[in-house]
Amino acid sequence: MLDDFFTRALLAGVGLAVIVGPLGCLIIWRQMAFFGDTLAHAALLGIALAVMADLSPMIGVPVVTVASCVALLVAKNSQRLSSDTILAILAHSTLACGLILITISGSRAVNVNGLLFGDILAVSKTDLMVIYGGGALIMGIIFWQWRRLLAAIVSPEIAEAEGLSPQRAEWLFMILIAFVVSISLKLVGVLLVTALMIIPAAAARRFGGSPELMAAMASVFGVIGSVGGLYGSAYFDTPSGPSIILASALILVIVMILPRPVFKLMIRRGAK
Amino acid sequence: MGHPLISMQQAGVKRDHRWAVRGLNFTIERGEIVTIVGPNGAGKSTTAKLAIGAITPDEGAVVRHNGLRVGYVPQKLFIDPALPLQVSRLMQLTTTVDHAACARALDAVGIEHLASAYVQDLSGGEFQRALLARAILRKPDLLVLDEPVQGVDFASEVMLYDLIKTIRDTSGCGVLMISHDLHIVMADTDTVLCLNGHICCSGSPDTVVTNPEYMRLFGGHSAGQLAVYQHDHDHIHLPDGTVQHADGSISDHCHPASETPHA
Repeated sequence: MLDDFFTRALLAGVGLAVIVGPLGCLIIWRQMAFFGDTLAHAALLGIALAVMADLSPMIGVPVVTVASCVALLVAKNSQRLSSDTILAILAHSTLACGLILITISGSRAVNVNGLLFGDILAVSKTDLMVIYGGGALIMGIIFWQWRRLLAAIVSPEIAEAEGLSPQRAEWLFMILIAFVVSISLKLVGVLLVTALMIIPAAAARRFGGSPELMAAMASVFGVIGSVGGLYGSAYFDTPSGPSIILASALILVIVMILPRPVFKLMIRRGAK
Repeated sequence: MGHPLISMQQAGVKRDHRWAVRGLNFTIERGEIVTIVGPNGAGKSTTAKLAIGAITPDEGAVVRHNGLRVGYVPQKLFIDPALPLQVSRLMQLTTTVDHAACARALDAVGIEHLASAYVQDLSGGEFQRALLARAILRKPDLLVLDEPVQGVDFASEVMLYDLIKTIRDTSGCGVLMISHDLHIVMADTDTVLCLNGHICCSGSPDTVVTNPEYMRLFGGHSAGQLAVYQHDHDHIHLPDGTVQHADGSISDHCHPASETPHA
């Protein structure tokens, strides 16, 4: 079954969608959509460095993305610049650096187009193992630390006073995003990683209810978007990564257009 | 009396090479209500953060009672509209609580009917009550409130103060409150600390007057809940950090006499 490239792509898309659901919600609640983007850009530098050092991108990317998190936190605390500005500087200087290094290295192994837009149809069995193994670990950490992650968003002061360090939550959040970006890069590429995370979460907002329900619904919408996008790309012969994002965006639009009573009914049913 | 919940011994905090607050010397006992007043930038919030253990002092010491449970009511809270958070879920922000206890706490602050409301839909007073309910759910030894009545209309302010007193009376917890107003403190306050980089003056608010002007301003019925705190500043802080005393002399610290509570 796993010998079929389309089946592998479907499994990869579904696995990834489930993981990014809750993380996408955390990104939205923290208002840090641009942060995911920055890490995705930095990831390109990670790939370039890994190629030059003859290492796996699965090592290079997490190292560079986590280093970017550190740089962000240090700059935020020491410079009189808004996080927004720092993120833009980080994103584009790492991207520029990555593109230059890739050109200098003259490596044919790096397909820049593939890096920017991803190639989910080229997912290997090893990639699947990384997605499901890493995904299980990430989900485990999210479940285990959910209260801390949420408390830090609602009120860092309360969290601090009552013994749930918000600094630790911030670090945890950043590292989780860094790893998810590393995992999803091959599938949807640098330019589309953030969209994969936040569009399903934005659609899930219409369901209200509770933070947990919204996180679960984000995963559900993500799965529908991935499956729909992949079948769409096969049917219309369109690029797979962009098709997944477009499918998610279509779901978002439909969800936004649907009248409110539909959701209220669904929530009430869900609550009972 | 036993051990105090918190005892500050000449505690000070440095921020960017300057003392945010210094020479803090006070205790909070079980059942005691301590109110901190002072101008902006006086170090009120820093003092509260020292008390709850969020920051450690750069000099002196803060001794907290073993296993001290703190309930914290923050100044104001912005919650992103994208976060679907019902009051009942807010109650469980830092600890799991059972449904009945949650309902009792909401009932105690008078918003039981709002359990399934979204926090973004609450009025300022309702939100503050919800935060208070959340804090008392933890059965804290020490309740810390950072400007709990800021942005709350007058009727709600009186009711919140009443609630805080009731909570203190029934649970026996200590209360540390930061007041948004330099001159008005809760009448049941046991100790007022006037802060301006250090403790300028402190004492019980029996210096409080039921000032007729004040009564008229706030409609008379406030007399039971609010009190005017009169300051007796006997020294002036000069721009260079030195202190000019009442007799005209200048030193680099305020008069020791002004730092001991008036009996």
